Amino acid sequence: MSPPGAALDSQADAAALRAAWSNRRGFYGWITEVDHKSIGKRYIVTAFVFLLLAGIEALLMRLQLSRPENGFLDPDLYNQVFTMHGTTMMFLFATPVMEGFGLYFVPLMVGTRNVAFPRLAAFSYWMYLFGGIFLYAGFVTNTGADAGWFAYVPLSGPEFSPGKRVDFWAQMITFTEISALSTAVDLIVTILRMRAPGMSLSRMPLYVWAMLVQSFMIVFAMPAVMLASSMLLADRTVGTHFFNPGETADPLLWQHLFWFFGHPEVYIIFIPALGMISSIIETFARRPVFGYPAMTLSLIATAFMGFGLWAHHMFTTGLPPATEAFFTAASIMIAIPSGVQVFCWLATLWSGDICWSTALRFVLAFFALFVAGGLTGVMIASVPFDTQAHDTFFIVAHFHYVLIGGAVFPLLGAVYYWFPKFTGRLLSERLGRLNFWVTFVGFNLTFFPMHYLGLKGMPRRVYTYTPEMGWGALNLLATCGAAILAMGGLLFLGNVFWSMTSRRTAGNNPWAAATLEWAADSPPEPYSFQELPAVSSREPMWSEAHDLAHVTGLAEDRRQTLVTSTVSARPQHRYSLPGPTLWPLLAALAVSSAFVGSVFRPIWVIYGAILTFFALLGWFWPKDYWE
Amino acid sequence: MTADFQSALHPAGPQSDQIALVWWILLAVSTAVMVGVPGMLAAAIRRRRVSNGQSSERRLARAVGLAVGITSVVLAGLFAASLAVGKRINSYRDPNGLKIAVTGNQWWWEVRYRTTSPNEGFTTANEIHLPVGRGAHIELRSNDVIHSFWVPNLHGKMDAIPGRVNTVWLKADRPGEFRGQCAEFCGLQHAHMALWVVVEPPDAFEHWRRGQIEPSHEPAPGSDEERGREAFLSLPCGLCHAVRGTAAFGQVAPDLTHLATRRAVAAGALPNTRGHLGGWIVDSQRIKPGNRMPPMAVPAASLPVLLTYLESLK
Ligand code: HEC
Ligand SMILES: [Cu+2]
Repeated sequence: MSPPGAALDSQADAAALRAAWSNRRGFYGWITEVDHKSIGKRYIVTAFVFLLLAGIEALLMRLQLSRPENGFLDPDLYNQVFTMHGTTMMFLFATPVMEGFGLYFVPLMVGTRNVAFPRLAAFSYWMYLFGGIFLYAGFVTNTGADAGWFAYVPLSGPEFSPGKRVDFWAQMITFTEISALSTAVDLIVTILRMRAPGMSLSRMPLYVWAMLVQSFMIVFAMPAVMLASSMLLADRTVGTHFFNPGETADPLLWQHLFWFFGHPEVYIIFIPALGMISSIIETFARRPVFGYPAMTLSLIATAFMGFGLWAHHMFTTGLPPATEAFFTAASIMIAIPSGVQVFCWLATLWSGDICWSTALRFVLAFFALFVAGGLTGVMIASVPFDTQAHDTFFIVAHFHYVLIGGAVFPLLGAVYYWFPKFTGRLLSERLGRLNFWVTFVGFNLTFFPMHYLGLKGMPRRVYTYTPEMGWGALNLLATCGAAILAMGGLLFLGNVFWSMTSRRTAGNNPWAAATLEWAADSPPEPYSFQELPAVSSREPMWSEAHDLAHVTGLAEDRRQTLVTSTVSARPQHRYSLPGPTLWPLLAALAVSSAFVGSVFRPIWVIYGAILTFFALLGWFWPKDYWE
Repeated sequence: MTADFQSALHPAGPQSDQIALVWWILLAVSTAVMVGVPGMLAAAIRRRRVSNGQSSERRLARAVGLAVGITSVVLAGLFAASLAVGKRINSYRDPNGLKIAVTGNQWWWEVRYRTTSPNEGFTTANEIHLPVGRGAHIELRSNDVIHSFWVPNLHGKMDAIPGRVNTVWLKADRPGEFRGQCAEFCGLQHAHMALWVVVEPPDAFEHWRRGQIEPSHEPAPGSDEERGREAFLSLPCGLCHAVRGTAAFGQVAPDLTHLATRRAVAAGALPNTRGHLGGWIVDSQRIKPGNRMPPMAVPAASLPVLLTYLESLK
């Protein structure tokens, strides 16, 4: 029993915290927001808008390929559409949506009130948004990128892609990578230094581990592609010859740089999904995930190995046999940590007490779809077989199984799972089941036939084919599948809109889950936790839910939180976080002016740098919230 | 349902045969896993008994360890198999082999048969002939962007990269006509960059080869063919195309010396018939939008004789 005055005290505390942590309403409040939850949600919503656009592009392609010699899209438009589809999915949907979830849930799961650098998070969102808008501004003005999402030189170089199309593409890369790098740094510091007291590294939820590993991968992978895209842009705008074979440059340099990023990129998308799966399985199997140390080690091993595979995208470029053998071995080996995780989850399900939900259904589909994608991955790790499968529809099938089956299905599961935290409302389970089955069937109808099409000689990225090739029937089937898949997407959207207006509230922990995000309100208050939690186990909401220990002594009249030690999360000092500010937006605008301007006139690099200097000056001007 | 003249599943040579073997092994293993893992999943979720406690965890750990062990062994086996096959494919040589230089262009293939004696070599386009059982050493180059040479019935693909020369051996064990297609996205007409590989008995090949070495067919004086040749030479055709034995020696477009012997025109875009040839010359941009042959203003009166001439280029 708490003393009689406690309730009143607690209300006063909440009021003080709310005053300190909330922001103005309206437009100005919106553009100055630095709360990780708002930014995370923005990220997720924006990413889903891009998913919708990329999905429409996919449908256009499927319509064009539905019969031989179709005249629906001309080759020029088709090339833009498939380039935009791939680029959007990889750079504007998959990576950002994972970042968005990370920004939203990592601070909640580690029991703190915001990310370590809230203004950086805001900056990162604006860069992402502006990069995406920039790319699509190009597309609607007939300047859509058309050299494929990996834009091989010399095709993407100044000689074979004159005009501004590829410039827009290359510059968008820089936008989104800056954004991803900012978020990665933010999450790394949040995870390593702001965990609830007692949450030592060995008590961190697996999802947080996944985001930590993913963020480190971003830090090591993204600079390679930014370098490459900037070199390409320099070739195209100021006449350098980094990639010009006419000046004895080697076009393979681009491929090495691009895939040194591009392969880890797959894991950057996929590893957060593994974290989501662990969260969902743990909750619905009603037991901790089996083999926690093996799970974390597998994540780390995957990340390391993920950097040693890039050349398996280049098995047909004439690499020396020893190189090929090395990359084959590495590509096959990476199946082992994935296998460890799959088996650990199976063990969890085996020994757990399963209760069904749509979230779990999406995750269980992962087991079939991702295993299929992983197996075709092992197949194409074999150089001889890859020389047949490479750049055919077999590959298209493979990576859609890996990325949709391995990441998007878990992601949809995660939306079903965490929707109550975002909104305070549950998604309809009945509609969810329908949503799941329609999506599952549509997905397989679309992509399974493509394996066979590839083996029967259909290269990817062809805008048409002749009737004699006999590819028509299976392509038509794939197109029908895509229509069903699209219906699945509509059901999902319908469910989201329907549930948002429903009156039934979910409560703070509707699934009786184990991790700290469920200790916050649904949706969380701006300050997330009235009292910062302290934990003494891996599953605090299971073992300590009734009397979760908490931290006292933090100021309530300002945005204060706690910094703890890296390994054992011992409290070290209090840390005041900045409040709402316009500078991240201004800085993003300044940087964007350099990026956008330099596509047209190189001198804008300098103008933009000057503007950025002033924006950063304002950003870092000493303010009074520092203790 | 689907045709088998461009298929990795219908090997016609030793290399593609080996690759197909790898494929069937991989497929068998994968099928087992695709039954096994969802099977285990089904068993796990059907099981209604909750197990906990030290001993059950230990049993689970053993099971997971075993599964990982089996996975690793199977993967190691696949790696070894793949390596062995790769080695066998790479070590294939034929001291008597033909030497063929294939060069990718946006969006057609130049094919040069090379020999040590200068008057035995010749150039053609979008079509390769091979004698059954004899290897051919293919040198791959590109004049512009990256292309990829792929004849799935005979071998896997190999890229043609500007500034580099990649090589690959082809060999066919049975006669047949196989289609290949550029497999690396190379711009607007990537979809229409095919070539035919015609595998024939040695004497038929020899007959073809002799024919290709010859200069172009000489029309009879006063014939339609001769008027066609005049039309051809008075139009800009010869700036881009070569017809050996005439004043046309352009080097940036397919050699037309023996055009009429080829199966298709415009890198597989059309069958080689009079009608399609006419359509191509009059409006190639409608058939293959963006291709590098500009629209030609051929006078209506010259078109029939021009076609007759082109058809005579046997
Ligand atoms: C500016 C250069 C140029 C000129 C002039 C030109 N062509 Fe072409 N032609 C090409 C190119 C390039 C191709 C290959 C197009 C492709 O397949 O993408 C081609 C292809 C062809 C083909 C198909 C060859 C094959 O084996 O596939 C024929 C036939 C042909 N041209 C005939 C003509 C005739 C007749 C003329 C004159 C009326 C002419 N061309 C003028 C560049 C030219
Ligand atoms: Cu090509």
